[in-house]
Amino acid sequence: MSDNPFSLWVYLSQSPLLWLTVTLLTYAVTDAVSLKTRRHPLANPVLHSLWIIGLFLLLTGTSYTTYFAGAQFVHFLLGPATVALAVPLYENRKRVAAAVLPMLVALAVGSLTAIVSVVLLARAFGLPREIILSLAPKSVTAGVAMGISESLHADPSLTAVSVILTGIMGAIIVTPLMNFTGITDFRGRGFAAGIAAHGIGTARAFQVDEVAGVFAGIAMSLNALVTSLLVPLAVTYLLR
Amino acid sequence: MIASLSLILLCQLVGEVGVRALAVPVPGPVVGLVLLLLLLLARDRYPALARGPLGNDGVESASRGMLANLSLLFIPAGVGVVQKLDLLAEHGIAILVILAVSVIVTLLATVATFVAASSLFSREDETP
Repeated sequence: MSDNPFSLWVYLSQSPLLWLTVTLLTYAVTDAVSLKTRRHPLANPVLHSLWIIGLFLLLTGTSYTTYFAGAQFVHFLLGPATVALAVPLYENRKRVAAAVLPMLVALAVGSLTAIVSVVLLARAFGLPREIILSLAPKSVTAGVAMGISESLHADPSLTAVSVILTGIMGAIIVTPLMNFTGITDFRGRGFAAGIAAHGIGTARAFQVDEVAGVFAGIAMSLNALVTSLLVPLAVTYLLR
Repeated sequence: MIASLSLILLCQLVGEVGVRALAVPVPGPVVGLVLLLLLLLARDRYPALARGPLGNDGVESASRGMLANLSLLFIPAGVGVVQKLDLLAEHGIAILVILAVSVIVTLLATVATFVAASSLFSREDETP
């Protein structure tokens, strides 16, 4: 035992060990709960990990910068995981090739809807211009969205938050919403999840159905390209 | 396992270097995805490629393992919400409502377009 528990805490809170352990352990527990509830939408592991870790940081007075210095090793794997999407894409290549045209049409409509709806709603709510610009790219994966936000001189960290909130809400709502519409085409359901809710929607789609996951992954990748071209155009026309 | 991870990282590395060298507005990992896909397709044509990470389900099982826990990878960025609590307290309800409505509208518009387009195109295929 250290004679000074405070010095032990100072050591632990500055090393990646503690924050990696907290991240993995919290996810292991929330993911186990999600499995136990047979992947109930409200048992979303991202949602529950966020408030548990967030609360832990607030209670211990730890800054996000300190936490991220440790947790960045997990964050880093987002890039390799995007590359890994090639494998399910390859395994389902015949299905994907047969649906290229519907995917391109749905990509155009979905990407435009995601941007225009959020800008118009935010304007109707009378939000300040800087916030509207920060919300506009919320349907693409965080790294790309923050880049777009930066190029518009908006607030990239607010963009990151809106990206995460969008992803979590999309992941929670997609299954009940699609069941309600009675659509059973898992290609379309997955594709919509990837367009509206990027990687978190894709993670949800892989939990539900492998084909849905593949189409969500394609949608997420294509939407990252289209949105970075569309957002600057859309805000010029809609926010004059 | 290590060879498979190296191959995935190598694809990403080539992708990142490529987009920076050519200054194209495409995320590096997406180029890496395309490279790995091309490698897997090339393996079908040239069986000699089926060795190391490309043989024996190597890169496939590493990728499946990573994708099975995709949710985990969003947690470090997501915890960043704690930095924005003051802004959420001020405009939080409006932002939450806007994002929720937008995500529902986007999901419905995308899935409806996909289903309509796929039945339209498959009908065209059937007519001689």
